Amino acid sequence: MQKRIIVNHQLLDIMVMRLCHQLIENHGDFSDTVILGLQPRGKFVAQRIQNTLASILGKPVPTGYLDTTFHRDDFRRRDTPLTANATRIDFLIEGKKVILVDDVLYTGRSVRAALDAMIAYGRPANVELLVLIDRLYTRHLPIHATYVGQRVNSLQSQRVLVEWKGQETPEDNIWLITKNEE
Amino acid sequence: MQELSVRHLLGIKDITHEDIQLIFETADNFKDVLNRPIKKVPSLRDITIANVFFENSTRTRLSFELAEKRLSADVINFSSSGSSVKKGETLLDTVNNILAMKVDMIVMRHSSPGTPHFLSRHIKANIVNAGDGTHEHPTQALLDSFSIRERYGEVAGKKVVIIGDILHSRVALSNIFALQKQGAEVMVCGPSTLLPKYIKDLGVKVELDVRKALQWCDVANVLRIQLERMQMKYFPSLREYTLYYGINKKMLDSLNKEITIMHPGPINRGVELSSDVADSQHSIILNQVENGVAIRMAVLYLLAAKG
Repeated sequence: MQKRIIVNHQLLDIMVMRLCHQLIENHGDFSDTVILGLQPRGKFVAQRIQNTLASILGKPVPTGYLDTTFHRDDFRRRDTPLTANATRIDFLIEGKKVILVDDVLYTGRSVRAALDAMIAYGRPANVELLVLIDRLYTRHLPIHATYVGQRVNSLQSQRVLVEWKGQETPEDNIWLITKNEE
Repeated sequence: MQELSVRHLLGIKDITHEDIQLIFETADNFKDVLNRPIKKVPSLRDITIANVFFENSTRTRLSFELAEKRLSADVINFSSSGSSVKKGETLLDTVNNILAMKVDMIVMRHSSPGTPHFLSRHIKANIVNAGDGTHEHPTQALLDSFSIRERYGEVAGKKVVIIGDILHSRVALSNIFALQKQGAEVMVCGPSTLLPKYIKDLGVKVELDVRKALQWCDVANVLRIQLERMQMKYFPSLREYTLYYGINKKMLDSLNKEITIMHPGPINRGVELSSDVADSQHSIILNQVENGVAIRMAVLYLLAAKG
């Protein structure tokens, strides 16, 4: 297995800062806008965006987490069922502008499930999608990200991993992982 | 990523502590779904479930049906009254005819113990036991433990007494297995004629005095006297049973601690529980019913994933 850094932690900081300024350009003071991180991994991106926006705007931006497990289209097509995560949305999304946030956009199926899951909470005014990594030419569905950190050309056999600084990882990094042919 | 260790939910005896934890964690998520404006998810939209009830039921049947509909499954209902069973069809034939219509899961209740176990050896569909005679009622025990967990944070270490007609109760047996697997202490209490002879072999405490039992416990799960299953007299009269084993407000007030009262329903008010106890803040009877839907959604979801 080969692991290569495609975005290091300095670049990731700049990328998140740029995405936040793009969001501010379109959403102003976020009075009608909410952020929804897609469980499990989009949650960390959403937290990061939320913290950065709060430091720029000087006020918190409503942020929630959306679990899409029960809305996925691959139930019973996997060997083991997906474990569900908590959904935490303590605000109304009816009539709001919603920004869905995830780490990697690959086939687009998670985003489809997220759109489906989100509708259970109300009818938003409009929905945008923010991702850190957009994997090109891999989409199964006509889904397009509004805000993109970086576009990556990758093989289907490869995997993109976004790591956040934590107990087991010393710093934030985005990796491209290639499995060796057996 | 976890999955259940079984393909059918026939009884708590056959499942592991990990299975119970997985069902609870999944039910937490479904409980959250049930509190949304749109209380429905599309997970089981390609699945057809038959509710096959050979015995009367209100709560369990409604709860299963609602759980199935909240998961977007297609549902058909069968009850033995008014069916071809009356014309002499065997159980296996009846079920095979239902399965021939492309049904993926069977939820069944029957008055004979072991019926779902027998069926599971002959058919391919997943089976959920919704009560087999005096044997087991696994989803009831799961929702009881789930309600205790919700009230106290955990089941391990809690003292639970099951009071009443233990002899005829499938709820009691499933609860004993479920509570012990989760590390709770279990006591049974009732008139000696309504306690099974070898119940101590299951590792439960036995108490004949209901006051002592209530003083000992954190949670009292009170059962109904199942007159319909009694072929003979087990106690002189219902009035006398109420006098010795009925729980009333005065009794609860005389304890030096707060306990929780549970009941699997249907309640015979004024017999095993007085109305002021059933409606008091001690009682979590309606929470049990609410949790029942989430637990059954979790069970159906996890079994469907096993295919």
